[in-house]
Amino acid sequence: MHVPARELRQEYLRHDKKFPHVWCPGCGNGIVMGSLLRAISSLKLSKDEVVMASGIGCSGRMPTYLDFNTLHTTHGRALTFATGIKLANPTLTVMAIMGDGDATAIGGNHFIHAARRNLNLTAVIINNSIYGMTGGQYSPTTPFGARSTTSVYGHVEHAFSISELAVTAGASFVARSTVYHADLMDKLLEKAITKRGFAVVEVISNCHVQYGRRNRLGDAVEMITSYRDNAVTVRKAAAMTEEELEGKITIGVLADREMPVSTEEYARIRKQAQEKKK
Amino acid sequence: MSDLNGTRQLLQGNEAVVHGALAAGCRFFAGYPITPASEIAELFSILLPACDGTFIQMEDEIAGMGAVIGASLAGVKAMTATSGPGFSLMQENLGFACCAEVPCVIANVMRGGPSTGLPTSPAQGDVQMARWGTHGDHPIIVLALSSVIDSFTITAKAFNLSEKYRVPVILLSDEVVAHTRECVELPSTDEIRVVDRIRPSVPPDWYTPYEGDARGVPPMASFGDGYRHHVTGLIHDKQGFPTQNSSEIEAFHLRLAHKITRGFPEIQMSREFFLDDAEVAVIAYGSVARSSLRAVQDARKNGIKAGLLQLITLFPFPRGYVSPLLSQCRAVLVPEMNMGQISREVHRVNQTECRIVKHNRIDGQFITPTEIYKQLIKL
Ligand SMILES: Cc1ncc(C[n+]2csc(CCOP(=O)(O)OP(=O)(O)O)c2C)c(N)n1
Ligand code: SF4
Repeated sequence: MHVPARELRQEYLRHDKKFPHVWCPGCGNGIVMGSLLRAISSLKLSKDEVVMASGIGCSGRMPTYLDFNTLHTTHGRALTFATGIKLANPTLTVMAIMGDGDATAIGGNHFIHAARRNLNLTAVIINNSIYGMTGGQYSPTTPFGARSTTSVYGHVEHAFSISELAVTAGASFVARSTVYHADLMDKLLEKAITKRGFAVVEVISNCHVQYGRRNRLGDAVEMITSYRDNAVTVRKAAAMTEEELEGKITIGVLADREMPVSTEEYARIRKQAQEKKK
Repeated sequence: MSDLNGTRQLLQGNEAVVHGALAAGCRFFAGYPITPASEIAELFSILLPACDGTFIQMEDEIAGMGAVIGASLAGVKAMTATSGPGFSLMQENLGFACCAEVPCVIANVMRGGPSTGLPTSPAQGDVQMARWGTHGDHPIIVLALSSVIDSFTITAKAFNLSEKYRVPVILLSDEVVAHTRECVELPSTDEIRVVDRIRPSVPPDWYTPYEGDARGVPPMASFGDGYRHHVTGLIHDKQGFPTQNSSEIEAFHLRLAHKITRGFPEIQMSREFFLDDAEVAVIAYGSVARSSLRAVQDARKNGIKAGLLQLITLFPFPRGYVSPLLSQCRAVLVPEMNMGQISREVHRVNQTECRIVKHNRIDGQFITPTEIYKQLIKL
C-alpha cells in the first residue's frame, strides 16, 4: 500500500527536535532513508520494536533523525552493538546503517563475522565509493584510478564488491540496489528486514560533493541517472561476459538461502542447559 | 543469582569473578580469548545458557566491548574480560560507554606489558590505563581484586556501582589472583545486595533520557520498552541529541564528573590493617596487598609499628583514606608490580612531610612478603 511521503514524515521523523539535518542537498542518504521508512511502514513494524544502529559517517547520522530506538555507535562498530542488542532481546527488529568505509574498512572484520555468524540482523550499507564525512578520502570501494583527497594522482588499489563479500562470508540474504531504483530498494529492504538470518542490502549512492566532483561525474542528478543507465538486473548479468559487465552495476537479489540462525540455535542450547540443570 | 551462593567452594580467582557477576545479575558476556583471562569466558559459556543468559565469543575485543554495550542498552547486565592487549583494543568503545552512560563491567586480568608483553606473568602495569586509557575527560571507576573471595564480592559490587552510577567499572585482577585456588565461603543470596539501574517512571512522552536525577544520574530506559530515545557517543544535550552549544557541552561534562564525586563515600573502598597506632605503613592493592599484610604482621611481631592500607578502589583515587594516613605516618611504602603507577597518586595527594618509598618489580615476578618486610624495616 502506498503511504504518502507527508504521512511517513509525520510518523517517523523526529521533526520537532533534530532538523535541519547535516546532509548536502541531493545526497543519496535521504533516498535510502525514505526507502527504509516505506519498508518499515509497509511491514507495519511498531516503532518501539525497531532498533536502528549506525556507525560514524554521513550515513551514520540517519538514526538521529528517526523516531525509533536509535543508536549512533563508533566508527565501524555498529554491527557489534547490534549483535549485543539482538542477543539480549531477540524480539527486537535490529538494523545497522553503515557507510562503505564504516562497514568494510574499519568495520570489515565485524561485517564478515556478522555474516558468518548469521544472527537475525539487517545491514544496510550506503556505498558512495568515498569517505564523505571526513572530506573525500578513498575508501575500500573507491574504484581503481579514481581521484580522492588521498589519491589525487589516481587510486592504485582495487575496490571491494561489498555484496560479493557478504555472499562469500555466508550472509543469508544479499541484495544490491542503487538510489535511482527506489521501488526496488523498498522491496529489497522489506525482504531483508523479514529475512530469517543476516541480511545485507548494499545501496549504490551518490556523494556528488566529495566523490562526483573530483571525478567529473556531474551533480546529484547526473550521478543518479548514470545508475539508471548502468544498472543490469541479476538475471541479465548472468548472461553477460565479464567484459560486458565492466562498469555495470548488478542489481537485485544476489543470495537468498535458508540456514540455521544463531539466535535460534542459542535458544535451543539454553533450553538444553536448563533441562540438564533440573 | 549464582547456584553457589552460600556454599563453601574451592575456586580460582577467575571462576569467582563469574560467580560474583552471576550473583549480581549479570546475564551477558561477550569477549575474546586471552591468557590469563580466558577461564572467565569459558565458565560463562557453560553457566549463562542455564540461567537464560547469553554468551558470545566475538571476533575481537573491540567487538566484545561493542556487544556488551548493546546488551546493556537492551536492559541486560553485561560484562567482558580480557588482558592488556585486549584492554587496549577496547578503549574506544569503553569511552562510548562513559559518554553514553551505559552500565557495564570490564575485567582486565593484568599481565606484563607493553604490547604482547609477558603472557601469564603477573603485573600491575595497566593501572593508569584503566583510569585514562580512553581519550578525553571521562568518569570511570576502577577496582582492584586481591583474592578469590574479593573476586566474587568485588565483582558483584562492580555491577552494583555500574548500575547505580551508569558508568563502566573496570576490575583489575592479575595473574596471581586469577589463577590462585582458594577455599572460600561464598555469601548467601540474602547477604548479596543487588542494585539495578533506575528506570524512568514518567510516561514516555515526558522522558528526558539524559537529565540527571538528584544524584546526577539519568534514569535509564531499555531499547524496546517504549521509551524511544537516541544514544550517541557525540556530546549530547539532555534529550540525547548531539550538541555544539558550549553551555550544554560544559553541563554534560560537569554532570558526568559530579555524579561520581557525589558518590565518593560509597565508591571509595579500602581495608585497614593495624593502622590505629601505625608509624609506618604500606599502601598496596591487588595480590601485592596480601604479601604486604604478611610483611606487616611480621613487622608487628618484631615491635615495628607498621600498618597496611589496602586499596580496593583505585579510581576515583581514595584520597579520603590516603591523606590522613600520610599525616599520621613518618613514611609509607608503596609496593607495585609496575614502575610506580599508584605511588604517583599517593605523591599527588601528599601534603605532609611523610616520606613515600616505592618498591617496584617489573621482571614478571610476584612481590613476596620477605621483600616488603625488608623495605619496611628500613623506613
Ligand atoms: C576510529 C575512527 N577513525 C576515524 C574516524 C573519522 N571518520 C569519521 S567518518 C569516516 C569515514 C566515513 O566514510 P564512510 O564510512 O564511507 O561513510 P560516509 O561518510 O561516506 O557516509 C572517518 C574515517 C572516526 N570517527 N573514528
Ligand atoms: S559529503 Fe557526500 S555523503 Fe556526505 S552528505 Fe554530502 S553528499 Fe552525502
